[in-house]
Amino acid sequence: MAAANEPPERHGPDGPGGPARPAGPPPADARDVRDGGPGDAVPGARDREADDGVRIGKDVRIGKDGRAGEDGRDGAEQRPAVLSVRGLTKRFPGVLALDGVDFTARAGEVHALVGENGAGKSTLIKVLTGVYRPDEGELSYRGEPASFATPLAAQQAGISTIYQEVNLIPLMSVARNLLLGREPRRRGGLIDFGRMHRESERMLLDYGVRVDVRRPLAELGVGAQQMVALARAVSAAGRTDVVVMDEPTSSLEPREVETLFGVIGRLRADGVAVVYVSHRLDELYAVCDAVTVLRDGRLVHTGPLAGLDRLRLVSLMLGREMGEVRAEGLTKFTGDHGTGEEPVLRAEGLTRRHELHDVSLEVRPGEVVGLGGLLGSGRTETAKAIAGALPLGAGRVTVAGAPVRTGSTPAAIRAGISLLPEDRKSEGIVPGLSVRENIALAALPRMSRYGLVSEARIDAVVETFVSRLRIKAASPHQKVGELSGGNQQKVLLARWLAMQPKVLLLDEPTRGIDVGAKAEVQKLVDELAEDGLGVLLISSDVEELIEGSDRVVVLRDGAVVGELTGDDVTEDRLMEAIAAAAEPGTAPAPAPGAAGAKAAGHG
Amino acid sequence: MADLTLRRALPADRERVLRWLQEYGVYLGVALLLLVNIAFTPHFLSAENFRTQAVQVAPVVIVALGMALAIGSEGVDLSVGSVMALSTSLVALYMGYGPWIALIVAVVGGAAVGLVNGSLIAFIGVQPIVATLALMVGARGLALVLLPQLEDIRDPGMATLGSGEFAGVPYVVLIAAALALVVAFVVRRTTFGRQLLAIGDSRPAAKLAGLPVRRVLIVVYVVCGVLAAVAGFLATARLSASDPTSLGNLMELSAITAVVVGGTPLTGGRVRIGGTVAGAVLIQLLTATLIKHDLEPSWTQIAQAVVIILAVYAARERGKR
Amino acid sequence: MTVVKDETPADRLAAYDAAEPAGSGRGERLSALAQQHGALVALVAIAAVASLSFDSFATTGNIENMAVSSAFLAIVALGMTFVIVTGGIDLSVGSVFVLGGVLAAWGSRHGTVVALLLPLAVCGLIGLVNGLLIARLRLAPFIVTLAAMLGARGVMLSVTDEGADTYLVAEGSLFADLGQGKLLGIGVPVWITAALFVAGGILLRRTRFGQHVYAVGGNEDAAALMGAPVARTKTLVYTLNGLLAGFAGALNAAWLDSGVTILGYGMELEAIAAVVIGGTLLSGGMGFVGGSLVGVLLLKVIQNVINQIGSLDSAYQQVVSGGFLVVVVIAQTWLARRRRVP
Repeated sequence: MAAANEPPERHGPDGPGGPARPAGPPPADARDVRDGGPGDAVPGARDREADDGVRIGKDVRIGKDGRAGEDGRDGAEQRPAVLSVRGLTKRFPGVLALDGVDFTARAGEVHALVGENGAGKSTLIKVLTGVYRPDEGELSYRGEPASFATPLAAQQAGISTIYQEVNLIPLMSVARNLLLGREPRRRGGLIDFGRMHRESERMLLDYGVRVDVRRPLAELGVGAQQMVALARAVSAAGRTDVVVMDEPTSSLEPREVETLFGVIGRLRADGVAVVYVSHRLDELYAVCDAVTVLRDGRLVHTGPLAGLDRLRLVSLMLGREMGEVRAEGLTKFTGDHGTGEEPVLRAEGLTRRHELHDVSLEVRPGEVVGLGGLLGSGRTETAKAIAGALPLGAGRVTVAGAPVRTGSTPAAIRAGISLLPEDRKSEGIVPGLSVRENIALAALPRMSRYGLVSEARIDAVVETFVSRLRIKAASPHQKVGELSGGNQQKVLLARWLAMQPKVLLLDEPTRGIDVGAKAEVQKLVDELAEDGLGVLLISSDVEELIEGSDRVVVLRDGAVVGELTGDDVTEDRLMEAIAAAAEPGTAPAPAPGAAGAKAAGHG
Repeated sequence: MADLTLRRALPADRERVLRWLQEYGVYLGVALLLLVNIAFTPHFLSAENFRTQAVQVAPVVIVALGMALAIGSEGVDLSVGSVMALSTSLVALYMGYGPWIALIVAVVGGAAVGLVNGSLIAFIGVQPIVATLALMVGARGLALVLLPQLEDIRDPGMATLGSGEFAGVPYVVLIAAALALVVAFVVRRTTFGRQLLAIGDSRPAAKLAGLPVRRVLIVVYVVCGVLAAVAGFLATARLSASDPTSLGNLMELSAITAVVVGGTPLTGGRVRIGGTVAGAVLIQLLTATLIKHDLEPSWTQIAQAVVIILAVYAARERGKR
Repeated sequence: MTVVKDETPADRLAAYDAAEPAGSGRGERLSALAQQHGALVALVAIAAVASLSFDSFATTGNIENMAVSSAFLAIVALGMTFVIVTGGIDLSVGSVFVLGGVLAAWGSRHGTVVALLLPLAVCGLIGLVNGLLIARLRLAPFIVTLAAMLGARGVMLSVTDEGADTYLVAEGSLFADLGQGKLLGIGVPVWITAALFVAGGILLRRTRFGQHVYAVGGNEDAAALMGAPVARTKTLVYTLNGLLAGFAGALNAAWLDSGVTILGYGMELEAIAAVVIGGTLLSGGMGFVGGSLVGVLLLKVIQNVINQIGSLDSAYQQVVSGGFLVVVVIAQTWLARRRRVP
C-alpha cells in the first residue's frame, strides 16, 4: 500500500502552495485578438477555465513547480537535449511527409507535438522511434549521431513508445506482457512465476495500477493496459531517456487520464524526456512544458508552451493567422446557399461510448454545413454514424422527415445519404476494379435488370460523370488504384452522385489531392448545393471549411460546443470556438474518444 | 528463355517478370507442356488421349470454378471434396427416383453445406478456412453415414452421361465447359459478380458503398457447394459407382491448386476463370507427362507441390499493392 | 475532468481499481470456461455414460486399446497445438506422419538409432522448409503446408516404390519394443506420449520460447515490437511440428511392426479438430497442450462408443466431431469478439 502511494507523493509536498500556472496569464497580444471577437462574451470566464484545466494536472504541475524558475525560455535552453533531429526530410511516393524538420526533446521536459492531419507528426514519431529511416537529416541521441534500424533497437537504446492503441498481447496475462522476454527464471531455465507475479505487481503499483497480474490483459480497462505498456516500455530498456506518447488519452476515462498525468510527472521528475502527442488542448496545457507545431510536413513553431495561448496555438496548428485579411475567392466556393426549407437531414442525440456525446445537427436542402473541430474531435465519427457505418448507443437520424435505421449502411444509402469517407484508399475506392466499375459500384442494382448488369446504362452514367467531373483516366477501364488522388476522389464522388443522393457527407474531400483537382472538387460541391443537395463538409483546411460552409457546427471531444452562423462563419470565430476550454459543469465529461484520429493519423 | 530473362532481370524488373508470370504463366506452362509432349511423347496427339485427359480434368474444373469464387471473395472452401462425397451418397440413395431427382437432391445437399459455410462466415464471422474445415470433417462423415459402402449405380441415363459423347466430346467435358462459361458470365456481367470482386478487393469500401456483403458471401459458398455437388454427380456417373470413402479426397487441394496456379491471388478481388481452367489443365498435363515418361506418380505430387509454391510466390509479390 | 481537491492518492487508486474490470461479465467468464474446459466435461460425461451403458467399455483391455491408439494422434496434436497457438496451421502432418513411419521401418534394419534419427531428420527438414517459407517469405501457412502435404506423400511414395513396398520393422529389435513393449502394464507409446506432453506443457507454459509462441499468435506486430523473435519462433514451431509428426509416425510403425503406406489421410483434420475442441483458439494466442490431449481422447472415446453401439457406422464419429467443431468454433468467435480480440 505504501508503494501504491508512492508516485503521487513524490510531487505531493510542494502541492497546494504552488502557483497554479507558472507562466502567468496569457500574453497581451493574444488577449487582444480574443477580446476583439463579437461572440466572445466573457473573456474572464475563459481564464478561470484555464485555471481549471491546470488543476486537472495538479500533481504534475506541482512536480514542475519545483523548477518553476527553469520553466521560462532560458531554463528550457539549459536542460540537456536528449534526442534531437536536424533538417529531417522523409519522402513517400508522391508525398513529402517531412520537410527539413528540427526537433529537440530535452531531459525532464514534456514536449507536446501537435499538428493537424498530414502535418507529419506520425512520420516524425516513426523516425524518432526507428520505424522509418529518414531520407535526409541527422538524428542525435545522448549527444551522439544515432540511427535505429528497428523499433526494437530504439527501444533498447532507451526510447520507449506508447501508442494510442495498446500494442501488447491481449490474451496473455498482465505479468507475461510486462515481462515478455525478460521473465525471471530459475536454475534450469524455467520461468519462476511466483517471482514474475510479485515483480509485475510491484512494477504496476509504481504506476498506480493494482490488478491481478495473472488475468489476461484484455480484461483490463484501456487505461490500465496503457499503464502496463508504459511500465513495460520504461522497464524494458536498461535506462529510459525518452518516452514518446502518441495520443495516449484517446480512449481513457477521466480518472485514468489523471493517473497517466501523475506518471508523466514522475517521468519528468526522473529526468526523462517525454514527447506527448495529443489534440486535446486542456491536456497539453496541463502537462506539457514545450510545444512543437508541424503543418504540412514543416516545422511551424517550437518553444515553451507557457508563453503561448490557446488561440495562438490553434491558429498555428490550422495555419491561419488571426485577423488575417484575405482577398476573396482563394477557394472556389461562392456565396451562401442557405434556404429556409425544412431540414433534409436531421441527426439527434448521436451517442457512442468514448466517441460521440449527444451530437445533434441539421442540414437543409441546398445548404453546406461545415463540421469544425480539431482532429479527433468526433467529426469523422459523426459523419460515419449518420451514414450508418458506426453502430450507435443512442440517437436518431431522419432524412426529409423519414427516420433512417441507424447502424446500417444500406439503409442510410437507400434513404439518400452518401458518405465520401476520409480514408479514401482503404474505405473508398476498390483499387483493383476499373474506373467504370468503381463508379457503378453502389448503383449496380439500379443499373441491372434481373441481376444482369446493363453495360449500356453504366456506360451512359460513367460517360456523364467522367466528363462532368473531368475525371482523367487513360480509359474507363483503367484500374482506380493507378489514378491520382484527385481523380480517385472524383470517381468516388461520381459513385455517389450516380445514386442521386439527398444528403452528401464529405469527409476531407480535398485532402491529399493536387491544387487543380482541389479547386474542381470545391467548385463541384458548390454546384451540388446549388442544385439542392444537403452537404455536410468536414475539412481540416480551415479556409475550405469557412468559405465552403454556410454554417459551421463545432465539435470538441465528441460533443457539439458551438455553431457559427451568418457573419460569424469566420476563421477567427471558428478558432475561438475550438480553442475555448470546456466549461465546467455544463459541458459533458471530456470525451476520451478519437477513433477518428486513429483512422486519420496516417496523414 | 524464360529462365534467362529471370536471371538477367534487375531487382526492379523482377516484380514485372513475376507479374507477367502470374498473369500469363499458366498459359505459357500449358503451351510448353503441349509442345514437349507433342515432340517427345508417342501417341500424344490422338483424339483418344485428349478425350481421356479432358474427362479426367472435368470434375476438377467444375469444383475449381466454385473455389475461384470463394478465393475471389478473400476466402476459401475446404469442404468441396466432402461435398462431392455427400453428393455421391445422395445420388446412390435417390437413384431409385431417377437421375433427375437424384441430381436435384445432391444439389440441394451441396447448397445446404454451402449455406452453413456461408452463414458461419458471413454472420458469425468465423474465418473461412476454419468454418469450411468443420464442414469438411462433418460432410464426409454424413456421406459415409448415409452410404457406408461402395454401391454400383446401374442406370442407363447415368451410364450415357458418364461415358457418352456429343460430336466426339464427352458430355462431362461439355458440361464442365458450359459451367465455366456460365461462371465467367456471372463474374463479368452480373451485379453479383461485380459485388463479389469489390468485396474481395476491399471489404471496408464495399461495406461503406452499401453492398450486401453478407448476402454475396453466402451466395458464394452456396454456389461453391452446388458446383461441388454437380462434380460429385458427374463423377458418380462416370465411375458407374458411388464411393463416398474415396470420392473427392484431396479435391479441395486440386481445386485450390488450379485456382492459384491460374494466377488468382489468395488476397481476393480477382476471379480468373480462364486461368483457373488452364491451371487445372496444367496440373493434369503435368501429371500425364510425368507418367507417360515413366516417372512415378510420386514425382507428380512433388512437382505439383513445387508448382503451387512457385505460383503463390509469384502472386505474393503482386499482392502488395 | 474536475478533481475533488481533498482526494488523497489512495482514494484515487481505490477509485481507479474499482473501474477496473472492464468486460469480465459473468456470461463471458462462463463461455470462456466452457471453451477451455468444455471438452473435459464432455469427455467425463461420455465416458461415464459409456461405462454404465456398455460392460465392455470400462474394461482394462478396452481402455488400454484406446490409450495406445490415441497416443500417435496425441503426439501429432501436441505439435499442432504449438502451430495453432502461433496463429498458423499445418496441413502436412498426415503425410509427414506416414513418411516418418516408412522411414523408421526402413531404417530399423540398420539399428534403432537410424530408425529414430532418419525420420526425425527428414520430417524435421520438411517442417523447417515449411517454417522458412511461412516465416521468411510470408506465404500463407495453409497453402504452404498443403503443398508440403503433397510433397511429403510424394517422397513417401517414391521411397516405397509407389506404395508397393511395405518395410517391416526388424524383429525383436529395441525399436519394435518402443511400440509394442509394456512398462508397468502400460504400453510404452502411452508412456512416451505422456512424457512428451509433460515436456510440451513445460515448453509452452514455462519457457521463454513458449511465451514467444503465445505472443506471436496473440499479436504478431506487438510481439515484434516487444522484441520477440517472430520469424525464428514460427520457424521453430513448424520444425517442431514436423519432428513430432515424424516421431509419431515412427512410433506408430514400431507398434504396427511395419511402415504402412496408406495411413495418415485426414490425420491433419483429426489433429486440428482435437486441438480446437481442446480449447485452443484457431486464431492463435491462446491454448494449452492438456486441452489437446483431452480433445484427442474425446475423439477416440466417441469413436469407441460408436463402435460399441455396433449398429452405428464409424462414420458417425466424423459427423459428431464436425458438429463439435462447429459449436466450438462459434463459441470461440463469439468469445473473441466479446473480448475485442482482433
